[in-house]
Amino acid sequence: MSRRALFIAVWLLVVALCVGNVFRTRFTADLSAFLPSSPTEEQALLVDLLRDGMVSRLLLVGIRGGTAAERAAVSNAMTGAMRQDPRFLSVTNGARGHSEADRAWVFDNRYLLSPAVDAEHFSDAGLYHAISHTMDLLASSAGLMIKPLLARDPTAETLAVLDSFTGGSQPARRDGVWASADGERALLLATTRAPGSDTDGQETAIGAIRDAFVVARESHGSRDLALMMTGPGVFAVDARETIRSEITRLSMIGAALIITMLLVIYRSLAALALGLAPVVTGALAGILAVSLAFGEVHGITLGFGITLIGEAIDYAIYFFVQGAARARDAFWRTIRLGVVTSLCGFGALLLSGFPGLAQLGTYSMAGLLAAVLTTRFVLPALTPAGFRARDVAPLGRWLSRPILAMTRLRWPAVAVALAAATLLWQQRDTLWHHELSALSPIPLAAQQLDAMLRADLGAPDTRFLVVTSASSAEHALQQAEALAPTLEGLQAEGQIAAYDSPARLLPSLRTQQGRRDALPAPDQLRQRLARATETLPLKAARLEGFIEDVQAARERPLLSPATLAGTGIGLGLEAMLIRQGDHWRALLPLSSPRGDQGMRDLDAERIGQAVATADVPQTVFIDLAKESQRMYATYLREAWTAGLAGVAAIVVVLLATLRSPARVLRLVLPLTAAVLVVTATVVLSGEHLTLLHLVGMLLVGAVGSNYALFFVTADPAEGLPEPETLASLLIANLTTLCGFGVLALSSVPVMHAIGVIVGPGAMLALCFSAMFAARPRHVVA
Amino acid sequence: MIRRCLRLVLLALLASSAHATEPWTLDLLMQHLADRSGGAVDFVERKYLAILDQPVVSSGRMRFTPPGRLERQTVSPKPETMVLDGDNLSIRRDGRELDLRLRDYPEAAAFIDSIRGTLAGDRATLERRFHLSLAGDREAWSLDLLPNDGHLAELVLRIHIEGEGGHIRSIEILQGDGDRSVMTLRPAAGPPA
Repeated sequence: MSRRALFIAVWLLVVALCVGNVFRTRFTADLSAFLPSSPTEEQALLVDLLRDGMVSRLLLVGIRGGTAAERAAVSNAMTGAMRQDPRFLSVTNGARGHSEADRAWVFDNRYLLSPAVDAEHFSDAGLYHAISHTMDLLASSAGLMIKPLLARDPTAETLAVLDSFTGGSQPARRDGVWASADGERALLLATTRAPGSDTDGQETAIGAIRDAFVVARESHGSRDLALMMTGPGVFAVDARETIRSEITRLSMIGAALIITMLLVIYRSLAALALGLAPVVTGALAGILAVSLAFGEVHGITLGFGITLIGEAIDYAIYFFVQGAARARDAFWRTIRLGVVTSLCGFGALLLSGFPGLAQLGTYSMAGLLAAVLTTRFVLPALTPAGFRARDVAPLGRWLSRPILAMTRLRWPAVAVALAAATLLWQQRDTLWHHELSALSPIPLAAQQLDAMLRADLGAPDTRFLVVTSASSAEHALQQAEALAPTLEGLQAEGQIAAYDSPARLLPSLRTQQGRRDALPAPDQLRQRLARATETLPLKAARLEGFIEDVQAARERPLLSPATLAGTGIGLGLEAMLIRQGDHWRALLPLSSPRGDQGMRDLDAERIGQAVATADVPQTVFIDLAKESQRMYATYLREAWTAGLAGVAAIVVVLLATLRSPARVLRLVLPLTAAVLVVTATVVLSGEHLTLLHLVGMLLVGAVGSNYALFFVTADPAEGLPEPETLASLLIANLTTLCGFGVLALSSVPVMHAIGVIVGPGAMLALCFSAMFAARPRHVVA
Repeated sequence: MIRRCLRLVLLALLASSAHATEPWTLDLLMQHLADRSGGAVDFVERKYLAILDQPVVSSGRMRFTPPGRLERQTVSPKPETMVLDGDNLSIRRDGRELDLRLRDYPEAAAFIDSIRGTLAGDRATLERRFHLSLAGDREAWSLDLLPNDGHLAELVLRIHIEGEGGHIRSIEILQGDGDRSVMTLRPAAGPPA
């Protein structure tokens, strides 16, 4: 009695702990959990960009409907409101006025920023050339633009700086604000303070945008307007919401199916409640383990949790149905072996360098262990004395006849499995999805909206980058400057259309220092100006303001990243000059040249070569699209290795326990056949396999090995397991089919992939196991 | 055939009689401008700025194609092509091209509309932004455009256009800060100079 009470007390304590933990757990849904944790240099950059970089913080907003004037008014009102909101680092809608401060900053610092400034530029001849050039500009159509600056900036440095800043093209404008090319949508660009991986932060920022829109729309009385939004944050929040609602919906359906079935079989509410205890305990323990180990639980891991119902409930079924009939020790031996093999399979996932995959492994192992311990120690303690589940032996006896018949299908089954293997082998090159986005739970419509708004905004194509790393911002900027001649060479060759560089926004201190030193003292400048302007219409006497400004520039402090913080230019810099730990990276995006048919791809080899010969330390050319594909391939390969290692571990455990290669073969063969056949079916239906299909295959092995074990460990004299065992296997199999089959209906690709493999796979595993079961001797004889 | 000739003669008679008797009005000027619009003119533009001792001068050829296309090819001091077509303004200079939408730059739009409107003889467009006043006669007229809203007046005090019949001889723009520019026009002759 005291032992029994102790078990129950410990269990209740654990459950209470787990429940308490669930409320404190942070659930995320961004893809970064599926990015490698110990990446290569290139991958680190990609992960950084996707997880926390400026790219991950961008929200693209569109306003459609109504008239252009209404859209512009709402766009301006939203921008005004959002700029007051600390959740946003910046909000831009193209309206002038915002960039006034930036322009003033450029004007004030023009002699440190202008690439034209050197000693030569301020010599007699240099000044003459620069000022005559300005006179030409004055005569041109743009003359009005520079006229106000003439007295203080006769060498037109402000214009030179602005010219070097505007690398990319600006979106179109309609009624003074950014709009799509056809003018039908007003556009805004917001940068959130929260990084893209902070799903909660993104959610509140998105809420703030919606609120700002509703308020602006109401105050302008323009009810026809609608809001569109996209960006990594929107994806993460939507994905979490979808996963949340699908988990709720699908687990309700799955649970309803399973409960109905168990009620029909047990005809006892008590048995049902007891049977669910290991499931709930397992699910809770899984969440606890993952949140302790990783600090957060990914939505996909949670979605995977439902699948555990399928396996955990089996234990209770085996316990109720077989526990009474079979010799207890033999029963628990078989279960223990089943658990150990499952743990081997899932344990392999822990070795993965991808936190997402390791989470799945942790969740499954903790959940399974908790479920089986609950079944072993708590269920017997909870079960009232004299409780007996309904006798299902008749069902089992009825089953043994078709199962015996199935053993004759052994060789046809082998043939089918071989055919499946052949098919998979033939299609091995096209089997797999090669994009990282295959794991993304983002529906196609959302991806299209994203592409549309990005095209509208002319958001820069950040696919091709030259990246140079250094131990300080200063060195990174110096290296970026050292790359300029090479990139200009490539531009002249037509290899690239243009490039951008953080050093354009903020030159290195060395360069700034050089420019400041090149500025002449007032008297010297006055004399030179007098000589330079002798034949020009603009005379030195009118340029005292210029002389003052140059003198002021000689005493100005040099610019550092810190002095730029919070300005529009600072934001641009932050996207290209990234700090990671004690490490700085300068990103130089390259844009593809326009070919006859739109943009053409860069000649990666030629550019890689040119960048290598530039001889700037720690510099690489990266094609991010290719890099992300390569990363996914690594990920897949790692999952394969982990899976194979798991299988190997299972075989070793089985060999050590069963001590008979023939029996191990009889156990492994049906499972292999089941995996092959179900995978081939999925491929034939036109799906490309992803990593989650692979995880599904592992699960088929884990669930199926339990079935196979009962067949293999059956009394050789009898051939088939006892009728109760047979019945419990069928029931367990049906629950698995319900739990996973429902997942196959999910619109979240990850959940669908697991469901579509495991549901049918488990069914096949049971059938094949039955086929390969030993024929009872008396039948053979 | 004979009837057509007759009609032409009649028309010519009517026109000459109108010429002789009709007073020189804004409507008549606009009609003449509209009839003569299209074709190329050579221009010389002088910008007089207070800060400069001498004006800056540019020259080239301008071509107006009704209703809305104005092409300005500057030859000196630096080659530059500006094309205004409907709402689109593109400027090509130093091998670079700048594309703008006119409606995004309301001030510049007012400026350009005044010139385009005059070239096209489009009174309605001109009167949207300016008060028009005409002086002189057919042989030597002058048209003053005074901005009718304060915002525009900060930029442009007055636009003064002189001409003869349907030909424009000069456009003078007096800017809000006292600087001015004068563009003199004559029918295109030979290659653009």
